[in-house]
Amino acid sequence: MHAVYQESFHIEGGDFSRAGAAASRVKQILKEIGLDSSYVKRAVVIAYEAEINVVSYATRGKMTLTVSPAKIDITVEDVGPGIEDIELAMQEGYSTASDWIREMGFGAGMGLPNIKKNSDFLEIESEVGVGTRVHAEVHLAKGGRPS
Amino acid sequence: MKLREIVESLGLEVKCCGDRLDREVTGAYASDLLSDVMAKSKAGDVWITLQTHMNIIAVAALNDLAGIILVNGREPEEATLKKAEDEGIVIMVSKEPTFEVAGKLYEMGLRGGHGAG
Ligand SMILES: Nc1ncnc2c1ncn2[C@@H]1O[C@H](COP(=O)(O)OP(=O)(O)O)[C@@H](O)[C@H]1O
Ligand SMILES: [Mg+2]
Repeated sequence: MHAVYQESFHIEGGDFSRAGAAASRVKQILKEIGLDSSYVKRAVVIAYEAEINVVSYATRGKMTLTVSPAKIDITVEDVGPGIEDIELAMQEGYSTASDWIREMGFGAGMGLPNIKKNSDFLEIESEVGVGTRVHAEVHLAKGGRPS
Repeated sequence: MKLREIVESLGLEVKCCGDRLDREVTGAYASDLLSDVMAKSKAGDVWITLQTHMNIIAVAALNDLAGIILVNGREPEEATLKKAEDEGIVIMVSKEPTFEVAGKLYEMGLRGGHGAG
């Protein structure tokens, strides 16, 4: 792996029929680059949960995947309601998801905690009434293989 | 073991991708929470769930799951079947509830979590 790779994907708020499409592209790209499957798995969980949050809560968003020799960077920015209390939102089991979202098996309050567990670096910025930015990194060992 | 053995042994109805029953199954996971399946399932697992909407296909595909068993005779939605065909995800239906399906798979030797398969 030499060159830095970057690609962005649009995410439509409220459209559960296409939810997972961005995460699927992330998986495909990382596999093509040839990264170890444990890195791919972690990045896919991050991408999927961040994507589902945009679909569940925001109007629209953009996911940007950047791969460099040192790390996988996944940044998801959305236009949406924002998060009032990020610390509370990070707590396992905390969810404001609607009943029908819960019925589908989402809204267990595990998304942000799972993003955190799978990230080596995580930064969430949010402004109420404006939107949210989730920036997560998975750090790569030299040669792209986990130690 | 192969998916075919599970289909035959549990008397499952195959709803999609019957041409893929040679897929090797290395474990199993039972859950109806999608985040939980994302976090805990492993490639090669067969997934037992009562969720029938199309998002289960993305979860199965993203995690390289061997297939999905719907419980309690639940029918997959039309959109779910279409997506399953596109992605090549095997969907099977059992008339029995989760507990019985999981128990039978366990008896067949399948294990979940990080135990030996
Ligand atoms: N992009 C977002 N925009 C607005 N609110 C969000 C966003 N992501 C997460 N949240 C808030 O944080 C809560 C916890 O998120 P998460 O851990 O993914 O669990 P869940 O989505 O299952 O509720 C959500 O219920 C929601 O209130
Ligand atoms: Mg979530």
